[in-house]
Amino acid sequence: MGKVAIIGVGQSAFSRAYPGSIRELAFEAFREAMVDAGAETGDIGATVVCSAPEYDKQRSPAGVLAEYLGLTPQPTFYAETLCSSSSTGLKLAYSLVASGLHDSVMVIGFQKMSEISSAESQERMGRGADIQWESPFGTMMPAYYAMYAQGYMDSYGITSEDLALIRVKAATYGQINEKAVYRKGVELQQCLDADPVANPLKVFDCCANADGASCVIVASEAKAKAMGIAKPVWILGLGAASAPVNLAGRDLFNGLRVAQMAAAEAYQMAGISAQDVDVAEVHDCFTIAEMMAYENLGFAEPGGGKELIRSKETYKEGSIPVNVDGGLLSKGHPIGATGGSQIRTIVLQLRGEAGEMQVKDPQIGLVHNIGGVGLYGNVSILGR
Amino acid sequence: MGDKKKKKREMDTRFAKFGTVSFTATTKVNDFVDFLEKGQVAGTRCKTCGTHYFPPRAHCCQCLDRAEMEWFTVEGTGRLMTYSQLMYAPIGFTDDLPYAIAVLDYGDYKVFGRIGDVPLEELEIGMELKAQANRLPNGQLNYVFNRP
Ligand SMILES: [Zn+2]
Repeated sequence: MGKVAIIGVGQSAFSRAYPGSIRELAFEAFREAMVDAGAETGDIGATVVCSAPEYDKQRSPAGVLAEYLGLTPQPTFYAETLCSSSSTGLKLAYSLVASGLHDSVMVIGFQKMSEISSAESQERMGRGADIQWESPFGTMMPAYYAMYAQGYMDSYGITSEDLALIRVKAATYGQINEKAVYRKGVELQQCLDADPVANPLKVFDCCANADGASCVIVASEAKAKAMGIAKPVWILGLGAASAPVNLAGRDLFNGLRVAQMAAAEAYQMAGISAQDVDVAEVHDCFTIAEMMAYENLGFAEPGGGKELIRSKETYKEGSIPVNVDGGLLSKGHPIGATGGSQIRTIVLQLRGEAGEMQVKDPQIGLVHNIGGVGLYGNVSILGR
Repeated sequence: MGDKKKKKREMDTRFAKFGTVSFTATTKVNDFVDFLEKGQVAGTRCKTCGTHYFPPRAHCCQCLDRAEMEWFTVEGTGRLMTYSQLMYAPIGFTDDLPYAIAVLDYGDYKVFGRIGDVPLEELEIGMELKAQANRLPNGQLNYVFNRP
């Protein structure tokens, strides 16, 4: 099987409410990725479109986007794993290219969460779990992650302050990421004084909804060469796993099994270990999610995550920089676009093009992207 | 024609009674609601392989056509694995605020549900609680976790 490269990346600005339609939103990420790769629409063999359909008014958006982006008559289809949809898209694109079916595939992730009213959004949130057995109790995303936070605190004795440190770090980098929705700094005390959402998680422990789009162009080695791509970034390892949706089916409340399994699979495929990772993007939809990711990815021993953040090892200058683009906490979390945005950040880092956010000379980068509350786990390892 | 119209198939929608708000009305384990009416919380067990399923399932994915499913009632106490108190709720649940959701470990199976009348400051991971059928103020049925 030949090598597979990422040859172009793009992202729209993430915003509270995008003043345009989904096709126009997708175009912003598409245009940036196409210019980045120096590609023409004829270079793209197929598209994988990724979003969480409960926010889409448009039924089957793949065809609508492909037409607007000038990617018809090439095949296009839709992929969905909630918040990790575009990482799943990357895995599908990799498979399509590695199998030889196509020499180049585009992954477009998008979400216009403001497409529906907040009342409609509330109603959908109630269905964001096992609708038969959990939703009738009145469940919400923050409450599920709060159950992991409670379990984690009980196991490893961390405090709300340790979680707040993660938000403070995210805000440090959100301020220098012009595509982030939340550009302000956040003080530790501000986090601790904030209202609880679902105990023990408070307002600043949670990421914000956003509108946004991302685009990743994947190509075979031969195609990348033929297009004269100067700095291809190689897909070295991909891992994915699923878990029971109902928390009654889970055996662990201080970490995510899907992340552990996806990481093990991705490390094995890449032939590396956690120590070889130079920069990472992890799925910090809530502060506790980043804390668990440190351990589930092997950056720290179980219970050791707090030391990483307390000693600032996950800051840009630390031993394992994590989410130095502001993460979901500051960038915002447009569900279907998030994975592609994380991939873009790592690609820019590996090319040395991350500007103010650049970490020193990274060789290997990692993306950890979770769908639902540990329902879907995806880990992608990229290298120069 | 007229007769045919009258013979509209009756759907068994007992499950619409489960929870403050029910999101689905039909399931092959509708008897779960009858158990709640009787004050019992019930799961299913596959007699063929012995697996306990909670929440109950109509099928066993290991035994397929050899599966023989039977009901069992959740007895005794389970260990509190984790919980969270909600300060915001989805539409239809705001009157219940604040409330807490939790998972109990019964050994052969786990149960996801809501904390009953245990004060939140008394909750402690590892404590033993008991799942009990419960009738809600709006006439709906669910189950809650209380002290034994
Ligand atoms: Zn069986």
